[in-house]
Amino acid sequence: MQRSKGSTITPMLSSQLGNRNPSWRARMGRWLQHGDRIWRTALLVASLLTVLLVLMIAWEIWTGSTLSRHEFGWNFLLPWVESVWNPALDRFQAWPAIYGSLITSLIALALAVPFSVAIAIFLSELAPPVLRTPLNTMVEMLAAVPSVVYGLWGIYVFLPVVVTPIGRVLAASVGSVPGLSLLFAGPMPVSGTSRLAAALILTFMVTPTIASVSREVLQAIPRSQREASLALGATPWETVWKVLLPYGLSGILGAVILGFGRAIGETMAVTMVIGNVSGSGYSVLRPGYTMASIIANEFAEAVSDMHTSALIEIALILFVVTIILNVIARWLVASVNRKTMGS
Amino acid sequence: MPQDLFAQIDLPRVYRRRRFLNDVALSLTGVAVALAVIPLVWIVVYVFLKGMQNINLDFFIHLPQAMGTTGGGVTNAIQGSIVMVLVAVVVAIPIALLVAFYLLFHPQTLLGQILRFSTDLLAGVPSIVIGLFGYAILVVPFKHFSALAGGLVLAMIMLPIVIRSAEEMLKLVPKELREGALALGAPEWKTSLSVVLVAALEGIVTGVMLAIARATGETAPLLFTALGNEHYNVVAYVRQGISQHQSIFQILHKILAEPTDALPLTLWKYAQQPYPERVAQSWTVALVLMFFVLALNIGARSWLARKRRQTRG
Amino acid sequence: MTQSLAIKMVIRRLSVFYKSFQALHEVDMPVYEHHVTAIIGPSGCGKSTLLRSLNRMNDLVPGSRIKGEVLLDGEDIYDPGQDVVDVRRRVGMVFQRPNPFPMSIYDNVAFGPKLYGIKKQPVLDGIVEESLRAAALWDDVKDKLKQSGMALSGGQQQRLCIARAIAIQPEVLLMDEPASALDPIATLRIEELIAELKQRFTIVIVTHNMQQAARVSDYTAFLMMNDQRAGELAEFSETAILFTTPKDKRTEDYITGRFG
Repeated sequence: MQRSKGSTITPMLSSQLGNRNPSWRARMGRWLQHGDRIWRTALLVASLLTVLLVLMIAWEIWTGSTLSRHEFGWNFLLPWVESVWNPALDRFQAWPAIYGSLITSLIALALAVPFSVAIAIFLSELAPPVLRTPLNTMVEMLAAVPSVVYGLWGIYVFLPVVVTPIGRVLAASVGSVPGLSLLFAGPMPVSGTSRLAAALILTFMVTPTIASVSREVLQAIPRSQREASLALGATPWETVWKVLLPYGLSGILGAVILGFGRAIGETMAVTMVIGNVSGSGYSVLRPGYTMASIIANEFAEAVSDMHTSALIEIALILFVVTIILNVIARWLVASVNRKTMGS
Repeated sequence: MPQDLFAQIDLPRVYRRRRFLNDVALSLTGVAVALAVIPLVWIVVYVFLKGMQNINLDFFIHLPQAMGTTGGGVTNAIQGSIVMVLVAVVVAIPIALLVAFYLLFHPQTLLGQILRFSTDLLAGVPSIVIGLFGYAILVVPFKHFSALAGGLVLAMIMLPIVIRSAEEMLKLVPKELREGALALGAPEWKTSLSVVLVAALEGIVTGVMLAIARATGETAPLLFTALGNEHYNVVAYVRQGISQHQSIFQILHKILAEPTDALPLTLWKYAQQPYPERVAQSWTVALVLMFFVLALNIGARSWLARKRRQTRG
Repeated sequence: MTQSLAIKMVIRRLSVFYKSFQALHEVDMPVYEHHVTAIIGPSGCGKSTLLRSLNRMNDLVPGSRIKGEVLLDGEDIYDPGQDVVDVRRRVGMVFQRPNPFPMSIYDNVAFGPKLYGIKKQPVLDGIVEESLRAAALWDDVKDKLKQSGMALSGGQQQRLCIARAIAIQPEVLLMDEPASALDPIATLRIEELIAELKQRFTIVIVTHNMQQAARVSDYTAFLMMNDQRAGELAEFSETAILFTTPKDKRTEDYITGRFG
């Protein structure tokens, strides 16, 4: 650390350092002392760059959507029944896409949550140690399969084999029941492309997310809680149901919200199976749009500045929604760990 | 209160009921796991069977034929995927590691917290939004789509994944190791790179593998950045460049400035075309893509799991 | 000791293994009804393992198995015909660290009875009150039964756990170093409580504190590690005798502080 001039250094040391004619090694040595300054600057720059990236994303979609925001205001978002998305007329309202995102994600969650929690329970509490890792890997592979592969399999296999028959049955049964007909009115397209198809594919895609976060939440619960319950003569299931799930509830809720975020942002698979039409009413058996799919489908061929701007405003909505969901989810998941530390 | 509570309870009946409920509920969780595995197996097996029908050498080394004709390959997509993922790795990993070190050294500072929040946000932003952003800042100013733009948006996808896993792994390195090196007079950067980073390397590599798998499968961010290019051929560019005595820079420029295809992008386009040959090829693309992504995932995870067992044992 | 000596549990040639490691080697000892039996010994000698094998909590450890018998009123609790849930109802347990559930004080105590389908409010209220009284906690908490059990002090949490354990009227109460995480005053209160509880329950307590064993117990079992590092019973006798005139040389060394 000694960097002062020769005066305070012993003559021998000063000659070693070679003040007048520094050797390569000595210069390198000093350079290395300065090296930490460069290192720290690099850390700071990389970090600022990352923060800047997020700010730039926000800034770009905020400014990019100015035209649309000024033209349509809050009408862009509001659930008007007569909402239109019409590039030919340059009239854009996002409600059909927002509705598509909400209904597909909510159906997916309703189906995925019981499954995911059951999977989490099995993997964390029941599976013999030998099976735990392979099963866990399999469930996580469900999340690793690329979105487009889901889409391809969806179009050619899952839709005709599963979705179309289910859709027909639903249309024929509850499709004409007053009240339910709004959601289940037919006809179901032969190809199966529909909001229902998107919802079912999303179910597969969010299940591993919710399951693996829930599993982590359950595993974070201290062993003493399980022991307390079992020592009172509770069965393993009673321990799960009455102790572990209540204990981990907020974390599991966080997992569900994380899954919701994933579902709402999912693009390719949904774009491939939802049909991509607007103004098709509210039935889940009909094709539609989601916020992500409308961007994927129309942005490259946007016909006017207003069209582009409206699509960017949808991206803005997606951005804001996913930020909110992520913040809530992480806060909830962390709250389980806080509880653990408190005890 | 009854002195003997359980005298009034038909205990065998209560136990039978509780044990029954226990058995049924626990079996149902097993059933849920089995059901969750069904779509995975279904997809993997189906893609494998369909994809294998068209797999041959041409598929890997030839450019696509005109629509509606048989034959040809998707080398443009394979090469494009490789180029873009390489760009993403080169850009994202150094930055991600620096950020991870920053988080390690300053976990509680204001910037540290903002940084962690930004990383979480970046991980949560839908990839299609990243794609739009990439279009706005990487395509519009240069007035053309490019492999570089595609690679950079993939870097944005990889960044938060690598930051998070690298931070986790760096945190696991014992403090004593770092302090030991610092006490020997090694500068901080040297300690960080040659001691801490090396100690955490295996974990970081698995995190990078997972990030690569994720980036390779991404389509949405490439739609408006890489766009697609059925004539993209790095091998041809290099050959042509050498024969015309171009500099490395010129060749690299050609490789990076052209729009390009990628496996998921090709899969997406082919799947929706009315030509059966192309649909058939899309299954093969799906097979290649899925094989690569799943192999990386399984490899990384089992490596990590073994590592964890070793450190525990 | 004016009470007649009835045997509640008998441990017969009990060995416990974790995978290939033997943690206990052929332990033989009785547990007398309405008395306090202390298990002492140097750390790592299998005290907790022995205690946990008395209500089959060791079953939860993957790879654990036992040899020998543990008789509860003459019946082997490891018999395949035995219901482990019933065993654990009859043999309750209090752990080293207080582990209340993150729910209200009331719900903590009512947790056990509710498992047996006891739902009537007045009955539950009665059980909760009596259990809390028996655990000497009622006066502290009677006005805040709806508050979280986690909000109590350490000593109160441990007494809540005792109340929770006795709410299902176990016959035997196992205590695994119940005061080791508590301050001296809270420890004293737990010890007083144990003296009262033995009127109603048979108590087995593990402790690393010999003074505590001498204060609270009627009988003491002294465990030692043998050459294979498995726990063995070195000596079992009335506490007064064990601490004054130990028969075993190892016991004498241990209680006079020559090792351990």
